[in-house]
Amino acid sequence: MHFDLHIGEGANAVVNYILDHFTPALNFIATVIGFVTDTIKAALTGIPMPVAVIVIVALALWRVSWKFALFSLLALLVIVDMGLWERTMETLSLVLAATVIAIVVGIPLGIAMAKSRIVTVLVRPVLDLMQTMPAFVYLIPAAMFFGLGAVPGTIATVIFAMPPVVRLTNLGIRQVNGEFIEAGLAFGCTARQLLLKVQMPNALPSIMAGINQTIMLSLSMVVIASMIGAGGLGNIVLTGIQRLDVGTGFEGGLAVTVLAVILDRITQSLGQRNTAFSFGRFFGARANRGEVPSSATPPAKT
Amino acid sequence: MDRETASSIGEDTQPEVKISVDRVFKIFGDRSDTAMRMVREGRGKEEIHAETGCTLGVNDASFDIHAGEIFVIMGLSGSGKSTLLRLINRLIEPTSGAIRVDGQDITKMSKRELIELRRRDMSMVFQSFALLPNLTVLENAAFGLEVAGVPAAERQAKALAALEGVGLGAYAASRPDQLSGGMKQRVGLARALASEPTVLLMDEAFSALDPLIRTEMQDELLRLQSEHSRTIIFVSHDLDEAMRIGDRIAIMQHGNVVQVGTPDEIVMNPANDYVRSFFRNVDVSNVFKAGDIARETQVTLIERKGVAVAAALERMRRHDREVAIVVGRDKRYHGMVSAESLAQAARAGEADPYHKAFLTEVEPIEAAEPLSNVMGRVAESRWPVPVVDERQRYVGSISKSALLMTLDRTTT
Repeated sequence: MHFDLHIGEGANAVVNYILDHFTPALNFIATVIGFVTDTIKAALTGIPMPVAVIVIVALALWRVSWKFALFSLLALLVIVDMGLWERTMETLSLVLAATVIAIVVGIPLGIAMAKSRIVTVLVRPVLDLMQTMPAFVYLIPAAMFFGLGAVPGTIATVIFAMPPVVRLTNLGIRQVNGEFIEAGLAFGCTARQLLLKVQMPNALPSIMAGINQTIMLSLSMVVIASMIGAGGLGNIVLTGIQRLDVGTGFEGGLAVTVLAVILDRITQSLGQRNTAFSFGRFFGARANRGEVPSSATPPAKT
Repeated sequence: MDRETASSIGEDTQPEVKISVDRVFKIFGDRSDTAMRMVREGRGKEEIHAETGCTLGVNDASFDIHAGEIFVIMGLSGSGKSTLLRLINRLIEPTSGAIRVDGQDITKMSKRELIELRRRDMSMVFQSFALLPNLTVLENAAFGLEVAGVPAAERQAKALAALEGVGLGAYAASRPDQLSGGMKQRVGLARALASEPTVLLMDEAFSALDPLIRTEMQDELLRLQSEHSRTIIFVSHDLDEAMRIGDRIAIMQHGNVVQVGTPDEIVMNPANDYVRSFFRNVDVSNVFKAGDIARETQVTLIERKGVAVAAALERMRRHDREVAIVVGRDKRYHGMVSAESLAQAARAGEADPYHKAFLTEVEPIEAAEPLSNVMGRVAESRWPVPVVDERQRYVGSISKSALLMTLDRTTT
């Protein structure tokens, strides 16, 4: 016997239905995402190249190490030398736009999952679908709903890259030490205070790991999204493929890799409390100097 | 029991009841209603577990806690003592029964009222400290006040005062992970005291600390209590701790409160064998090491070349000792001689009289050896048994009478 559930036709019907009936909603989403993407892109491409390089190198120095700062400087100069600076900034702006949206949607979703079993049961299969569905498949409806350009590219990227930040927010909150929760409750926290003062701060390393993963996935998706006109380094890679020009493709790929390494190291360091250099500690220590002795000198015991 | 708190609740004056626990049950499991009905029908714990999968955490607990006393809830792990403590601030919801604080039944309180109660009247100290790692020591101490919405300047002043009260004012800007265990628990204590609660719940608060620091913290608690009398409910599995700090003790077994009374009452009239077994378990022979009761009451002879045996014998006679310990100049244990064996060796004109005179049946005990392991040897030995430290230096001897006196102290 042969059943044909017409799943493909069903998917088409759903997309057509949405197109027919939800145009205002789609336009609204497109406007919001277009605004986020354009703002970030305008900001990043507006910064003069030397300033941007200095800022990135300074971040690397502050958060990671001088060795990594040196590497960043050289790697960014290689990008400039290849003439790919503009494209790199375009890609970076797409990644940041997608990441911002993924965080804004993903962290509350992760919190909701940690708090409610029903939400977990509903959201988990959707996350699995988002992560495992081949990335190209998103491009078709994204292009149909939002046309070509940066907006559908960002949306496809958000869908592909959001699951880690949702999952790791959920996991991070669930893994907060039970005694911290008890302490929070015993001292009279409301549910909201418990979340903001106890759960979120202690889940932060896990959430930051999720954001890091989201950024990495965004970067890999942004290249694919260039197929629907998202622009950036993906275009260079695409051109290399279309012309069978290994050199061009390699240059684009190298620039993506450099961006990936720098973003990875810097965002990873944000999840750790101990940093190479911390403004907070620096100024905190200055403010307290004189009245508070260092913790190495114990006070006289009575 | 010469503390102010104890004298203020003497037997002649009716003590003021602060917290009254009235027929409280806690059943863990999804079918607690069915299980509760079975409890009321008088069915056994095992039967209930088999039928509903529920476990009886606290079974029909009823007792009063007086204002200003240290009330210790004691039991082995799994006896339900931590559960009982958490029922009092409703970190765990009781399945049935009433818990009245100042006459008000907290099991009937709304969420909002409960939060108010926790902010105003009750605070808690945890076994593994539960200090928030992202906050400084001062911020941790101020946590309860911050949650209660106290303005920053006021809460910092109060938290600093509380930290100074436990001797940690200088560490206000440190992070919890920079402190030792004992200091962390002082911060935990300061955090609990900063909001000036009338009730303090302490869950195995000192159990994670090493014995010396634990005693220090117990003294600290008693000192704080003498300055400012609060009602303290202290969960412990350590009878020694319970007897040391408790005005009254409740003993729990398998979820039941089997006895409530002052330490003296419990020692004099244990309610059942379980309670009695606690005292048996406080067996000093497991607590003390051989080195703890070894005393230098024996004559020690320092072995030197050309020292006349006669002088040694004379010293033993003068101290009225049958035996003497022979040590090197570095206090290293060489052997033990008796007056008889030494005299014999001297008479035989031995070149090395001490070594010939060593009593071969005497073997020294390591100071680190638990007393329980060496009791037999001390009892069997004709003479006090010498004890040496890990570098083989003589630290003293254990006589039969010293052993008996040590053991006797535990049984009274």
